[in-house]
Amino acid sequence: MRTVNSLVGSPIERLEDLRFLRGRGQYVDDLARGDMLHAAILRSSVAHGRIRSIDVSAARALAGVHSVITATDIGNRVPRVPMRLQPLPDFEPFGQPVIAETKVRYVGEAIAVVLADTAGIAEDALGLIEVDIEALPAVSDRHASAQGASLLFEDAGSNLAIKFRAVRGDAATAFRDADYVRRESFRTQRHMALPMEPRGLLAEWDAARGRLTVSGGAKVLFFNRRTLAKQMDLPEDAIEIVENDVGGGFGARGEFYPEDFLIPFAARYAGRPVKWTEDRREHLMCVNHAREAECDIEIACARDGTILGLRGHAYVDVGAYMRTNGAVGARNIAQFMSGPYRIPHIDIDVALLLTNKTPVGTYRGPGRFETDFFRERFFDMVAQDLSLDRVEFRRRNLVSQREMPYSIATITPFESKDEFDSGDYHATLDRCLAEINWSETSKLAGKLIDGRYHGLALGCFIEGGAAGPKESARIVLEPDGCYSVYVGSSAIGQGLETAFAQIAADALEVPLERIRGIFHGSTSYVSDGYGAYHSRSVVMGGSAMLDAAAKLREAIRAEAATRLGCTPGEVEIVEGTKAVGPGGASIALAGLAREGVEAEGAFLNKKHTYTYGAHAAHVAVDPKLGQVELIDYVVVEDCGRIINPMTVHGQAVGSVVQGLGGAMMEHLVYDQQGQLLTGSLADYLIPTASDFPNIRSVVLENHPSPINPLGAKGAGEGGIIAAGGVMANAIANALGTLGVQPRELPLTPTRIWELVQAGKQRAAE
Amino acid sequence: MSVRFRVNGREVEVEVEPRLTLADCLRHHLRLTGTHVGCEHGVCGACTIIVDGAAVRSCLMLAVQAEGAEVVTVEGLSNDAELSPLQKSFRRHHALQCGFCTPGMITTAHALLSEEPDCDAARVREVLSGNLCRCTGYIPIVEAVLDARAAYQQEDGARERAGDRKGDRP
Repeated sequence: MRTVNSLVGSPIERLEDLRFLRGRGQYVDDLARGDMLHAAILRSSVAHGRIRSIDVSAARALAGVHSVITATDIGNRVPRVPMRLQPLPDFEPFGQPVIAETKVRYVGEAIAVVLADTAGIAEDALGLIEVDIEALPAVSDRHASAQGASLLFEDAGSNLAIKFRAVRGDAATAFRDADYVRRESFRTQRHMALPMEPRGLLAEWDAARGRLTVSGGAKVLFFNRRTLAKQMDLPEDAIEIVENDVGGGFGARGEFYPEDFLIPFAARYAGRPVKWTEDRREHLMCVNHAREAECDIEIACARDGTILGLRGHAYVDVGAYMRTNGAVGARNIAQFMSGPYRIPHIDIDVALLLTNKTPVGTYRGPGRFETDFFRERFFDMVAQDLSLDRVEFRRRNLVSQREMPYSIATITPFESKDEFDSGDYHATLDRCLAEINWSETSKLAGKLIDGRYHGLALGCFIEGGAAGPKESARIVLEPDGCYSVYVGSSAIGQGLETAFAQIAADALEVPLERIRGIFHGSTSYVSDGYGAYHSRSVVMGGSAMLDAAAKLREAIRAEAATRLGCTPGEVEIVEGTKAVGPGGASIALAGLAREGVEAEGAFLNKKHTYTYGAHAAHVAVDPKLGQVELIDYVVVEDCGRIINPMTVHGQAVGSVVQGLGGAMMEHLVYDQQGQLLTGSLADYLIPTASDFPNIRSVVLENHPSPINPLGAKGAGEGGIIAAGGVMANAIANALGTLGVQPRELPLTPTRIWELVQAGKQRAAE
Repeated sequence: MSVRFRVNGREVEVEVEPRLTLADCLRHHLRLTGTHVGCEHGVCGACTIIVDGAAVRSCLMLAVQAEGAEVVTVEGLSNDAELSPLQKSFRRHHALQCGFCTPGMITTAHALLSEEPDCDAARVREVLSGNLCRCTGYIPIVEAVLDARAAYQQEDGARERAGDRKGDRP
């Protein structure tokens, strides 16, 4: 496909930037309709309780209030938020009603929706609603959940939603015969994606035509349309879901949330457009949380450091309900505990435990960030026990290139088999060591220089991509000879339009300027679409585009052949502008377009791609203050065929910094009553421009994926996955002489200081 | 209440509730939606605008407080013909992804470079630390601002030669 163009692989400047830089992006809250109502949502301030009564009369009476909607206004059965991924029957008892019916199960759960002439009046009215809730004991952590003294769902009889199990080989035998066995426990904290744009929706009901338009969609428009159609008893094609510019996704935005039913329902109920924009406090309470996981794991090794087995238990606090993709993180914890390493015998189970906290969902690198911390931290302890160099320990156990494709642990009950597609995991490790100049800088390990201890660490990761089953694309030859490309993928701020324009222009053999536009983000553009998650957009959408482009070129040849009086095989498309027949007779493509030449393509795929790589960090830690300076950080990844190196590099650096937030500062803290204590950005800290100035990224494309025509593997998550493990190991390396061994994130100054004090105390005893 | 001020060089008069923030006034009354609202409590910086030459958070200011002020938003720093040197630098350095924090970054950086065209990386980081970005990791934003200094230094020199230190920068 590079015969004419070579846009794929070029760091071209982004097309999206022209509108974003001028303040002309159009995000959902930028929309307005003349007669629209504004919605505000009353949310539970009680973590667990039974609703005795809701009195909305005073709110309804307030001037400017149009209506107040509660569960009783919805109908006989309040719809549940469905499971989008792993829709197992086991999860059905734990589905979330889109509005609280008889119980509330977390702080932030929707109880009533007010519609008013202005957002201010709607918010005023919330204060006039009287809700009487009989408080029940809050289940505030996984221990209370497992104990089951207080049940979130009495009918289910347990707070355990399900257990996943990942098995490979025969762990029991491997452990029985091993030279060396060690057991450890680790913990990662609840934190979240936190895109900068809060969620919002604008729903418009056309009563005459029975049509519903919902703006503010993202990520998975087609799934959300199917869900909404069922819930509102409408045919799917009566609903259009529109994606506007989206201010960041990271897994959380665009999933089907309760509001994705409530706001469209309100628009039909009121017979007027309804707009809702969440505030940041609502965002922190209502958008999927992630990453609250613990493990008790055991490793078995031979004396030479060859890993024989890994087994144990993990526990994920999934919050109050199982919704959309809430099982993915836990599932991945089981399947990817082994990371990119050859571990022949694995037996890991993971319990999904319900608590009275915000439900969880995926956040960039779901389950992988957690397990990279568990595993890489564990590996450094093990290497030390065995008196082995930690780099050599990893090198010995990484899956090698000749073992590809390499089968990983199988998950039950979902029966998901998987394999790594291709790659040279040792090469990215070696490159990472070279980039950080490991042979020299590692000499600083544990050295005290000007009152600070220096530490070095490295870690390896794999990132999954290309979730199936399918993606669609349609390309239209326009009357002026330009091409419009319609895709089922979604843009969530990752630069999709630019990458797709590069792929399309190369496939059509035309310059970039001839691509009229990349049209994404409406359920009306293609027959079916799957969206943006699991690093799938470029792999799946890009491959679908190649198929559409090939089919369009065939259609153009066929159409031209009838005009030129020859067979399609004799027609050549020249420079994407004209079709030339035998003997040189030609016809301009612009003319052909009046016949409406277009083609729809698809890419179907059941296999996953695996981007992989390594991270290394150099830190200096002040033991008196617990403060960490990140002196250098390198991420090296091979993500197969690169479409735009500039945007891939940008994804890597941004992803690392987001991961450093999770490693060092971000924490959604709850008290024993299930109250969220970090309900503002003054309490929930994320990295700023002054926190981590030294991050470097190297992106390689040495091993294109063999399972898709582009050779792409998906990118954007690799930077976050290893950050927790690498930072914890770097700090342990720095403070090793003080007996510091972090087993829990985040590594805030306070926690590091406490670890130093505990180490001193142990030494004194 | 009625409030009068200038936005991007244009005189406006708006009828507002006293409790309306300047951010909401700009976005929903004047339809200048380039100014974004990310937290409404003064932490994220997405709503940063320039009021009488200073970068301020429009979510922490009431519209009525803008009476008589000279307000510049991201739209006022843009034109149809081409990107400004600062905007070009952001694009060249891939200093934006989802674009939501970008208007606040542009206004903050413009105010900084207008006052301190010779600022160093540490100063840029210090000033930008009041604007949250979840996509880029900030490194390309800092590079973009540093790279745009030349354009402001040239302007500064030109103004000095013209004996005009206070004129509006485009």
